[in-house]
Amino acid sequence: MREIKAIDIKNAVKALFISLNCEIGDDITNALKKALSEEESDTAKAVLTQLLENNAVAKEEQIPICQDTGMAVLFVEYGDKVIIDGDFEEAINQGVKEAYTDGYLRKSVVDDPVFDRKNTNDNTPAVIHTRIVSGETLRITAGCKGFGSENMSKTKMLSPSAGVEGVKNFVLETVKTAGPNPCPPIVVGVGIGGTFEQAAVMSKKATFRSVNSENEDVRYAELERELQSIINNMNIGPAGLGGKTSALKVNIEYAPTHIASIPVAVNICCHACRHKSIEL
Amino acid sequence: MSIKLTLPLKKEDIKTLKAGDSVTLSGELYTARDAAHKRFYEMVENGEKLPINVENQTIYYVGPAPAKEGAVIGPCGPTSSYRMDKYTPMLLDMGLSAMIGKGERSDEVINSIVRNGAVYFAAIGGAAALISKSVVKDEPVCFEDLGTEAVHKYTVKDFPCIVAIDSLGNDVYKR
Repeated sequence: MREIKAIDIKNAVKALFISLNCEIGDDITNALKKALSEEESDTAKAVLTQLLENNAVAKEEQIPICQDTGMAVLFVEYGDKVIIDGDFEEAINQGVKEAYTDGYLRKSVVDDPVFDRKNTNDNTPAVIHTRIVSGETLRITAGCKGFGSENMSKTKMLSPSAGVEGVKNFVLETVKTAGPNPCPPIVVGVGIGGTFEQAAVMSKKATFRSVNSENEDVRYAELERELQSIINNMNIGPAGLGGKTSALKVNIEYAPTHIASIPVAVNICCHACRHKSIEL
Repeated sequence: MSIKLTLPLKKEDIKTLKAGDSVTLSGELYTARDAAHKRFYEMVENGEKLPINVENQTIYYVGPAPAKEGAVIGPCGPTSSYRMDKYTPMLLDMGLSAMIGKGERSDEVINSIVRNGAVYFAAIGGAAALISKSVVKDEPVCFEDLGTEAVHKYTVKDFPCIVAIDSLGNDVYKR
């Protein structure tokens, strides 16, 4: 067994959220630069130039890339040989609270979705997905999810007869309907299979994958490329003002499902696709 | 090249703007997003006077991140405008002349823009750190209990925007 101190988890989570809010990943920067070199429209080029400049200013001054510093979402792989000397979820929420308070991040969480909608004033609670794995490490992948793009996300239960065409149509229809709203160029996370909620969780996880990655199954990797290519021909473009760059990547995650269904979830992320991982 | 505009906008300036034009805005504007709009709407419904006079004014849909010590303001990019659509025609009919946000608007809003000779600008979503450099002054106005959603008055200098919907109803997002 290996002991990990709750305070170390808290400090790691705090540092992760401050850093991921102010510094975009190199994969996104390179994808934006590549898009800039390929775009032909002056407007699209101007928008991409502004986004690259924005991200550089944010990193330089250590201020958030976007004012919507999102809800805190964490995927934790919790080694079964790990013992924590305190409360695990409390440590994470305390880390989120300190990051959003000390790191000048916006507090965007309300305590009740329908009636009070009162701000919790510290951006907690975080959304925590925990999986117990074998081993003696704690692996945390964290992201801040802005809701301009979250609001454009959808889930649908398809019949098996809908097949791959049905999946494609649903993804494309969701992206097309979202149009300029989710701050394109977007990262499209797609979860296929499992149950209703599993598809949604996989779609979120897919947005936390690098835009340089591809699905290990060649058929799904090909589907990722095909969907991205069709989306980039929709002329949504950077900021929705037209152009060839509407999606920086489509990432698909899949899982076994029931004989009666093809659950599909599409989680859209804006160009500020902010996530980072650490291992304790 | 960008068209330089001074806020509050004059009706004759608005008429010359075409969807797709790049502009920079300088002068004063008010901020308001979801919760402040809801309050405005409920106040008008209850026959109460609004805490700001929206006539000829510009409203920016934004909820900034907190400012670091010494900074005028934190990152402050636009939020999605469609969520304000329910409340917008009422404000336009009260004389509001311009809005800044991002993304599409409803047909009701577009009709109201045309009816009132108003304009809707788009700022670049996710360029919040950069946009904060255009804000030279930030003063709280009302609804301070709403935190980031409170109404503020910003003085902006060369705030870059695109004319998204012009006074004739031409819409840059409809292609």
